[in-house]
Amino acid sequence: MYTYRSAVISNGSFSEFTENALRGFKFLFFEVSMAGPSSMVGMQGFSGNTVMSQTCFPDFGEIEESTAGYSAFSTCSPNSIFSSSNPSGAVVPPFKHSRLRENIDVSEICSPYEMGICSGYYNSQKGRIMPDSKEQFENVGDSGIGDASQHTDTSMDVDKDDINQFMQNEALISVDSVERAKSQKGGQKTFHRLAQNREAARKSRLKKKAYVQQLESSQLKLNQMEQELKSMRQQGMLMYCGNTGDQCQKMAGTGASSFDAEYVRWLDAHRQKINNLQLAINANVGDNDLRTLVDGVIAHYDDMFRLKSMGAKHDVFHMLSGMWTTPAERCFMWLGGFRSSELLRILGDSLEPLTDQQVMSVCNLQQSSVQAEDALSQGMEALQQSLAESLSSASLGPSGSGNVGNYMSQMAIAMGKLGTLENFLHQADLLRQQTMRQMHRILTTRQAAQALLVINDYFSRLRALSSLWLLRSRNRTFA
Amino acid sequence: MARNSGGGGGVGGGGGGGAAAGAMGGGSSDPLERIERLASENAVVIFSISSCCMCHAIKRLFCGMGVNPTVYELDEEPRGGKDIEKALMRLLATPSPLPVVFIGGKLVGSMDRVMASHINGSLVPLLKEAASSEGRGCDDARQHQYLASD
Repeated sequence: MYTYRSAVISNGSFSEFTENALRGFKFLFFEVSMAGPSSMVGMQGFSGNTVMSQTCFPDFGEIEESTAGYSAFSTCSPNSIFSSSNPSGAVVPPFKHSRLRENIDVSEICSPYEMGICSGYYNSQKGRIMPDSKEQFENVGDSGIGDASQHTDTSMDVDKDDINQFMQNEALISVDSVERAKSQKGGQKTFHRLAQNREAARKSRLKKKAYVQQLESSQLKLNQMEQELKSMRQQGMLMYCGNTGDQCQKMAGTGASSFDAEYVRWLDAHRQKINNLQLAINANVGDNDLRTLVDGVIAHYDDMFRLKSMGAKHDVFHMLSGMWTTPAERCFMWLGGFRSSELLRILGDSLEPLTDQQVMSVCNLQQSSVQAEDALSQGMEALQQSLAESLSSASLGPSGSGNVGNYMSQMAIAMGKLGTLENFLHQADLLRQQTMRQMHRILTTRQAAQALLVINDYFSRLRALSSLWLLRSRNRTFA
Repeated sequence: MARNSGGGGGVGGGGGGGAAAGAMGGGSSDPLERIERLASENAVVIFSISSCCMCHAIKRLFCGMGVNPTVYELDEEPRGGKDIEKALMRLLATPSPLPVVFIGGKLVGSMDRVMASHINGSLVPLLKEAASSEGRGCDDARQHQYLASD
């Protein structure tokens, strides 16, 4: 009686195989049934008492049907496996029917690795799967050899001892098989393959070691950083990080989103007012009515500036970023909004006819708005420069130099500087508001109405351009 | 007292002529009186802080118009700078009054007021008037050139 010592059930590696072995006998056999014809002989036998038992071949019914000659399977009794209909007495593995008709080249069935293990058992020259001489089994725990009756152990429990024994056996077998491989004609190839596998295993072990080392060093670094963070927080430096930071973020988030919502609402109302103005102009309404409408639009602009100043209090960076406007508008953005001087340029000739006085006033307005814008821009530049200086190594020294007091004071200075951003934004909005009011003063009612329409047209076109651009980008992505 | 101008030569000499040094020192120690005195000494007077960026912006505004204001950096003033700042705080009823601009001895205000008056066209006449009245009391004729803002 032979106990099948052949290893691998699937095309997996030896280590996988042993893992599976440890998971249990049943699992192994399940793997066998799942494996296709290219897989190996799957009879996994543990040295000792357990061999195939009835419950081990759940899926072999298939084979049972296709391999009519192997009625042995239908009964699933251990004995029957061995007493196959093959007259030569060779043990036939549970291959699919078609395969069994041919003279199977074992290398077709096994992976090279498996070949190594199995070569001890198969006479590859003959192309038939035959067990080798009995002597192979001498090195193995020979309790496996014996009467079939000894193997009728229906217990599915694999003792730990069995497993250990089994693994020892396998180790021995692999050694044995190497020797066998060497000594045989086709041995060179298999030996080479074995060597390759060993090499691969070694490399993967090295890789794993390197990875583990990397993990450990990263963990060390992380611990260090946590310590630093803790100490800095204790010193009160990180006021905007950690838990409080999250809250601040949330608040900022709601502030920004509430402004965005309000702005959208404002835009809708603005469009409506402009529509009414257009209708009034087309209908040639009287100056008084027109004035009411114009004043209404201007006052509505004041609402927007009020909204913006509230938004800046919540989140000045959101206002400065211009994320509440469309992309094209953002392109022209200056300090959180449009340029007054640009506005006047937009109006350009559309205000004709203007009196000389008006022309001069508009000219002066253009000039003073440019001067004011330049002054604020230069102020912003100075702010950026001084912020950069506060944070640079020139004032703080290199990181980790340990001068905590200096660090804290410089951070406090930088914080103060950031605080002036809101003031700049406020001044810029004031400039815009003042420019609009001045225009209102210079122009007649009708001219002012016309001017408002022209301004609205311009910004609507900018917004439309943004939409077109976004569509184009989207189409490109899906093209 | 360190007395700087926006971009070069000073706007006229002080009342009583002579060197700028010691112009702020001496005299009454009441900050408000000092402020008044200093403001009336020159056509355009700016009280500022050297590290403040808004102060920098206002200085650039005047220089861009061709005006050379007299600037007092309160953080660089060894004596009484703090007092003046506090007095200005009370005067303008705000915790951060600077920069503050006086034209022709009269208080104009902080950045927002200066800009608003510039936009609505009232700043330039004010400057011209201050320059001319200054010029009447001063030997230095250069200031007329500096105050060309048309």
